[in-house]
Amino acid sequence: MRVPLSWLAELVDLAPGARGVDVAASLVGVGLEEEALHGSDLTGPLVVGRVLTIEEAVQKNGKTIRYCTVDVGEHGQRVTDGIPQEIVCGATNFVVGDLVVVVLPGAVLPGGFAISARKTYGRVSNGMICAEDELGLGEDHSGIIVLTDYLGAERAAALQPGEDAIALLGLDDEVLEVNVTPDRGYCFSMRGIAREYWHSQGSPAGTFRDPALVSQVPHDTTTGYAVHLTDGAPIEGADGCDRYVARIVRGVDPSAPSPDWMAARLTQAGMRPISLAVDVTNYVMLLVGQPLHAFDLQTLSGSIVVRRAKDGERLTTLDDVERALSVEDLLITDGGQEPLAIAGVMGGATSEVTAATTDILIEAAHFDPVTVARSSRRHRLTTEASKRFERGVDPKVTAAAAQLAVDLLVAHGGGVADDGGTDVDLTQGRTAYQLDPDLPARLVGVPYSRERVATILRDLGCGVDDRGDTLSVTPPSWRPDLVDGPDYAEEVARIDGYERIPSVLPTPTAGRGLTHSQLVRRIVANTLVGRGCTEVLTYPFVAADFGDTLGLPADDPRRSAIRLANPLSDEAPLLRTSVIDSLVDALRRNVSRGQRDLALFELGSVTRPLPGSAHTAPVPGVHERPDAETIASIDAAVPPQPRHLGIVLAGESERSGWWGKGRPADWADAVDLVRAVAASLSLTVSVEPDQHAPWHPGRCARLSLADGTLLGYAGELHPAVLKRLGLPQRTCAAEVSVDALAAASENPAKQGAFSTRPVALTDVALTVAESVAAGEVERTLRAAAGEHLEWVTLFDVYRGEQVGVDQKSLAFRMAFRAPDRTLRTDEVSGYRDLAVAAAAARFGAVQR
Amino acid sequence: MATMSAPNSSYDPVEVAALQPEALAAAVDAAQAAFAAAADLDALKAARLTHLDRGAVATARREIGALPPSAKAEAGKRVGAAMDAVRTAYEAREGQLQQQAAERILVEERVDVTVPTGRRPVGARHPVELTQERLMDIFVAQGWEVAEGPEVESEWMNFDALNLGKDHPARQMQDTFFVDPPDGGLVLRTQTSPIQIRTMLTRTPPIYVVAPGKVFRTDDLDATHTPVFHQIELLAVDKGLTMAHLRGSIDHFVRAMFGDVRTRVRASYFPFTEPSMETDFECFACLGAEAAVRGECRTCGGSGWIELGGSGMVNRKVFTACGIDPDVYTGFAFGFGIERALQLRNGVGDMRDIVEGDVRFSGQFGMAV
Ligand SMILES: [Zn+2]
Repeated sequence: MRVPLSWLAELVDLAPGARGVDVAASLVGVGLEEEALHGSDLTGPLVVGRVLTIEEAVQKNGKTIRYCTVDVGEHGQRVTDGIPQEIVCGATNFVVGDLVVVVLPGAVLPGGFAISARKTYGRVSNGMICAEDELGLGEDHSGIIVLTDYLGAERAAALQPGEDAIALLGLDDEVLEVNVTPDRGYCFSMRGIAREYWHSQGSPAGTFRDPALVSQVPHDTTTGYAVHLTDGAPIEGADGCDRYVARIVRGVDPSAPSPDWMAARLTQAGMRPISLAVDVTNYVMLLVGQPLHAFDLQTLSGSIVVRRAKDGERLTTLDDVERALSVEDLLITDGGQEPLAIAGVMGGATSEVTAATTDILIEAAHFDPVTVARSSRRHRLTTEASKRFERGVDPKVTAAAAQLAVDLLVAHGGGVADDGGTDVDLTQGRTAYQLDPDLPARLVGVPYSRERVATILRDLGCGVDDRGDTLSVTPPSWRPDLVDGPDYAEEVARIDGYERIPSVLPTPTAGRGLTHSQLVRRIVANTLVGRGCTEVLTYPFVAADFGDTLGLPADDPRRSAIRLANPLSDEAPLLRTSVIDSLVDALRRNVSRGQRDLALFELGSVTRPLPGSAHTAPVPGVHERPDAETIASIDAAVPPQPRHLGIVLAGESERSGWWGKGRPADWADAVDLVRAVAASLSLTVSVEPDQHAPWHPGRCARLSLADGTLLGYAGELHPAVLKRLGLPQRTCAAEVSVDALAAASENPAKQGAFSTRPVALTDVALTVAESVAAGEVERTLRAAAGEHLEWVTLFDVYRGEQVGVDQKSLAFRMAFRAPDRTLRTDEVSGYRDLAVAAAAARFGAVQR
Repeated sequence: MATMSAPNSSYDPVEVAALQPEALAAAVDAAQAAFAAAADLDALKAARLTHLDRGAVATARREIGALPPSAKAEAGKRVGAAMDAVRTAYEAREGQLQQQAAERILVEERVDVTVPTGRRPVGARHPVELTQERLMDIFVAQGWEVAEGPEVESEWMNFDALNLGKDHPARQMQDTFFVDPPDGGLVLRTQTSPIQIRTMLTRTPPIYVVAPGKVFRTDDLDATHTPVFHQIELLAVDKGLTMAHLRGSIDHFVRAMFGDVRTRVRASYFPFTEPSMETDFECFACLGAEAAVRGECRTCGGSGWIELGGSGMVNRKVFTACGIDPDVYTGFAFGFGIERALQLRNGVGDMRDIVEGDVRFSGQFGMAV
């Protein structure tokens, strides 16, 4: 809401000497946040100019630049030589003869932008032709201001080149822009802002002048234009329209312009002056917050009937869009037949006030916020009217607003108002709320007295009866948001001052620290960082064909992904089912930016819809806690979102350098990182070969825990997948379940005893067929070597002539140790021979 | 010398001359000079052969046996002293030369320590995660616990239970990702507040939880917006909690994150809280600077204050929807953007750096924010 200070001062006494910043600070104090302050930082000369010549040239950069001469009256720097002002302009939305706004050298525009004659695009520009945003009049920068459009032809016709444009555009006044929260609909009016400013000053008697206090409303409200409110389908029990005032003014001069002061105020408020009838409705809306609509009376044939739309009805609205109406839309209709307007949102084209309109019917109505909100949303049409109705318009201001409009039309358009009017009023009075006078203190933590509470609420316009134990509080008509005790508590705190709220640290019950799962995630991340990996966070959105890209089998459950109804991009409408689905994007981006050696990881959730589940959640009411069954069905509808760890590796895992050649990251690094993560949680990983997309079928390790729980997979990615993803060949990856890691490490790690006796090492080389997995041989050795085996590890693999074709030699080192004594050499040999025999029996292994 | 001398052999006057004090002194001098002249351990070894293992003193010692018994003692003493002098000189020189050799090895083994050493890559956490952990820890240290919830969330938890009915204007302000079909009641959570609801449905008061997490809005990525970002939220439900406790918690949080700065509060509006509050804190970047410097401050835009975030007392309707008696308990909630904290504390200017996963971004932080 834009608030011209001069207008505000008419409605409320400003503090002596108060400027825009002071008013802004006062309003912030009562909860109206300052968005911007305009006009305080502009100095002229800013004048009306007439474009005399235009010479257009396309520049090297492709931009079209106009070299203009402009008549700026006596301000022309070479006017005595008869040479008009030369100005270079980047906009092209004007023609020779147009009246424009020119800022001349020596002026300062908002933001401290000082204007001087300067060379641009090869010529000196002696000033600038202004766009709206440059003057703080709005956001528009699509072109410069053409005054004929901006002020209307009527008013523009009276302008002379050289005339001061600061006052003309209302820039001599400060305009404060405040943010209005959704609960304060009444602050979308000067009336509401003035009232709030008044409260910020302590609500001193007699200094607020309510513009809605109009005495001239007609006494006879039955002989006016016939109006019928017939809502056959109220939404949630609320009538779509509970008050409708219709007033008629006849014989208005359609060519009568709006008065300058009104046009200036509309401009300051960010609205364009259009015609007297439209300007008057907008002006009154800004003043008292009541949206009005002006109908051309001659286009109406029957009575005004307010009803819900019928299936299939259509209406072309003022913005020239033909709209299919919904049965929930509330309509203003001509005699119940032809739709004239979508109530509270936008009027139709057929009954629009035109340049020929002389008889005007003014509508001031009160529409249901929900009805208007839904229509506005349904038709994607947010208007000044819908914005106000959605947030609640004062149902008692209706007649006054109509009267203000009638008076202005008569005063400036020369019309005559009909004696009678129509006021169909079905509004209900507000019921009193019984407020515990201690509640504000209990909620806010400031000891407000009963008297203080009552005084503040009275100042706010509430009726307060304090004869009982409780305060019986009737809220003012413009405050539909005041319903419950805390609403009143907030009002008391707000008016008394939030700054008086003390700062007291609460004393929580003793907490148990992070959960195991939360700790595990930190340990996993920190372990990987210690191993040289970099954590990234990627968007979980993936392409519709991600399953094909990754080469997932047709029936792979990872293909069934949750789809977004309104994705940011149609390229990525699904939610990832694995972390590496999106982690590869970060890898590709790094590669494209010239990084070569990369180890990235992400800890995040993936979404795994259950097969056959519709994943549709009930939306119960909120007037009580939903029953257990409903909560269970909500939980069941939310798809499982397990936490995963994804790792991708490319380039070298040990760097090349002056010390020699590095080592490329390979499948083993991927497996090893998972082992390291598991070890950091005191877990051991079993590895088996597997074929699992998107991994290379010959270089994929299935990783599981001792109890057989599947952790995930690691290895080199499939070359075809890498090609499709545009990633470096040999890129490796791992993806494991963090939830499984957390669950398996939940119980505290137990210390096993270890011996301090000397260790006995023995090596054994076994020749086996190429197809035999080393891990299997190792497991067999381990199982057969007896209880004193401490560890066994593969330290060499040999292939070559000495072992023959399709054979390999695996060299294992075994370490034996007894808990209580030094093992004898023959004992150790015996254990080793047992182990070798087992490997021979199982794999045909031959000791070399 | 080809022959060994034997006891009681005939006296040889020439050899006896070797036992003369002058001869012994000359032999000692010669040995000392030879050792001193040895430039390295090899030369010293050669000199040892000539002057210690063999040579005049060694010869003299052998000659003692040929002396008459009456002369043996005196000559033995003289030769022994000479031998000691030669050996001492040798050992001293040997020690010197060994020391020199050791030092030379250290010099020879010198390397250029300025060459690069990064054989193994260095990793880094993502600063959003680190900031999130730091924020959690501030509250965990006070006894709060960390609560979490799903990112694909039910509309009821994300909106309805938080007093954001279908027609609430505030619900329109949020640009929500809907799961297909759009009427299926599932969204990507637009805020961490549904965790509040889940917490209140599953725990009984007193509740003191901090809820961090990823949230989603349909904003296109640019320097100041991202469709996926992170929030952290406080929820306290207990008997007797007031806005003073809310303010106290916020003040503590601000001091822990941004240093010793003041806060200011004003009325605001959020559907899930009533009364609601907006908090600003003094700009830590330009605090105490001259007015002219403050006016140019980029962190606060010259106002001297930084907007922190919304908060308030839990709306009675929210309690009701969660089955908590609003006449018995009061509570407060407070939310804050993690990315915003990161931007403020660590001077991150462009949101795209936070989300693009460029290793150079995380790498600047290591494990610390
Ligand atoms: Zn600052």
